[in-house]
Amino acid sequence: MLSKRVIPCLDVRNGKLTKGVKFLGNVDIGDPVETARCYYEDGADEIVFYDITASHEGRGIMLKVVERVASQIFIPFSVGGGISTVADMRDVLLAGAEKISVNSAAVKTPHIISDGAAAFGSQCIVVGMDVLRVPTSEAIPSGYEIVIHGGRRHMGIDALWWAREVERLGAGELCINSIDADGTKDGYELTLTRLIADSVRIPVIASGGAGTPQHMVDAVTAGRASAALIASIVHYGEYTVADLKAFMARQGVKVRQVW
Amino acid sequence: MLAILDYEAGNLTSVKRALDHLSIPATITAEKGVIARSQGLIFPGVGAAGSAMANLRRSGLDMVMAAEIAAGKPMLGICLGCQILLDYSPENDTPTLGLIPGQCGVFTPDLTEEDGLPINIPHMGWNTVKLKKECRLFAGIAPESEFYFVHSFFPAPDPEFVIGTTRYGREFCSVHGRDGLWATQFHPEKSGRPGLQLLSNFFAYCREVAHAQ
Repeated sequence: MLSKRVIPCLDVRNGKLTKGVKFLGNVDIGDPVETARCYYEDGADEIVFYDITASHEGRGIMLKVVERVASQIFIPFSVGGGISTVADMRDVLLAGAEKISVNSAAVKTPHIISDGAAAFGSQCIVVGMDVLRVPTSEAIPSGYEIVIHGGRRHMGIDALWWAREVERLGAGELCINSIDADGTKDGYELTLTRLIADSVRIPVIASGGAGTPQHMVDAVTAGRASAALIASIVHYGEYTVADLKAFMARQGVKVRQVW
Repeated sequence: MLAILDYEAGNLTSVKRALDHLSIPATITAEKGVIARSQGLIFPGVGAAGSAMANLRRSGLDMVMAAEIAAGKPMLGICLGCQILLDYSPENDTPTLGLIPGQCGVFTPDLTEEDGLPINIPHMGWNTVKLKKECRLFAGIAPESEFYFVHSFFPAPDPEFVIGTTRYGREFCSVHGRDGLWATQFHPEKSGRPGLQLLSNFFAYCREVAHAQ
């Protein structure tokens, strides 16, 4: 039986760790490499770095961060943010990441998913989906719409349709990020997570809204996710990764213990 | 020194980084001379069996490997490198290296997890290994340890070569080989402390063999 994964997500801007609420008002809170190493030692199963830097110079700094992480942390990690070509993907993989997360670029040019999967294998390609709850309509029958640019742009695409399409194009994994829940600490969007997890055969990562250890248990039981992404809940020292996994284990969730 | 065999298959640098961290000297190489001077070989791989075999045959690395192994040099295959040590892979209908007797199998969508839900394919994440026989690669590693897997095909060697198994929808072989020629379906270089311990154990064996010769 596969263990459910706990995945801290680090937003990185110009080489610094940062955290916002509902994608706004980011503040710098530390060194991403040190933080990632601490999570690794504490039993994180995987780490995600999300590069929110826009500038070319910032990109170079990010690749250096990836290299430093790769030389110190011996669990898988993925990098996302602003990756829009196969060449970008190659740079990140050569710097030492296992996986690439594409989000806006996949919505704008879906062939990036199949191109990436053909070049590096499906297991390398994680598709991140930013999702907003909307009234159901003919265009959005599930009541969940794909948005990009941190929720600022509505795409008129149904999230459930998109999840299946992304799987068909060769994605290895889906990260479902609820904009409604992001940074609220009120819990993951379980209806959305389960809707998608039940509709695809690739692993689904729940993202956005974790505030208590019980939320993570909910994500992998009621939400049927394979993994729970976390940020604020560990970045501010409220809980350690080890605390969270110990709680999950007590609730009967199979999680990896660090021996 | 360990030689990490370079046949343009996936991320060779992550194995190198793990060995660097352990202060184990290693070189990523396809050169026959360097391979001959090494104390042991690491045969990693990410990607598809078909293109991997094509690259190995084109570069002649398949012959170099076979000769080194016949001469008693230790080797550790990882992931795709674990699968293509066998005779055949249904992935791209590929005849493979034939260094260990057996074939590859594939996870099928009808399989279910212990909770009754259908399995996700690929098998991606952390899982345990149940040893069927003693193996020095696992010296000092707690039996409950988990390792990182990412794969859709799995090795199915002849039973006498099965060293460890893992359960995912079904039981499959996750470690196979014989003394000095081992292969793991999981990625030791991405499996935290137990994985690093396994790489150290492999290097310790390589040094013993080199000193004995």
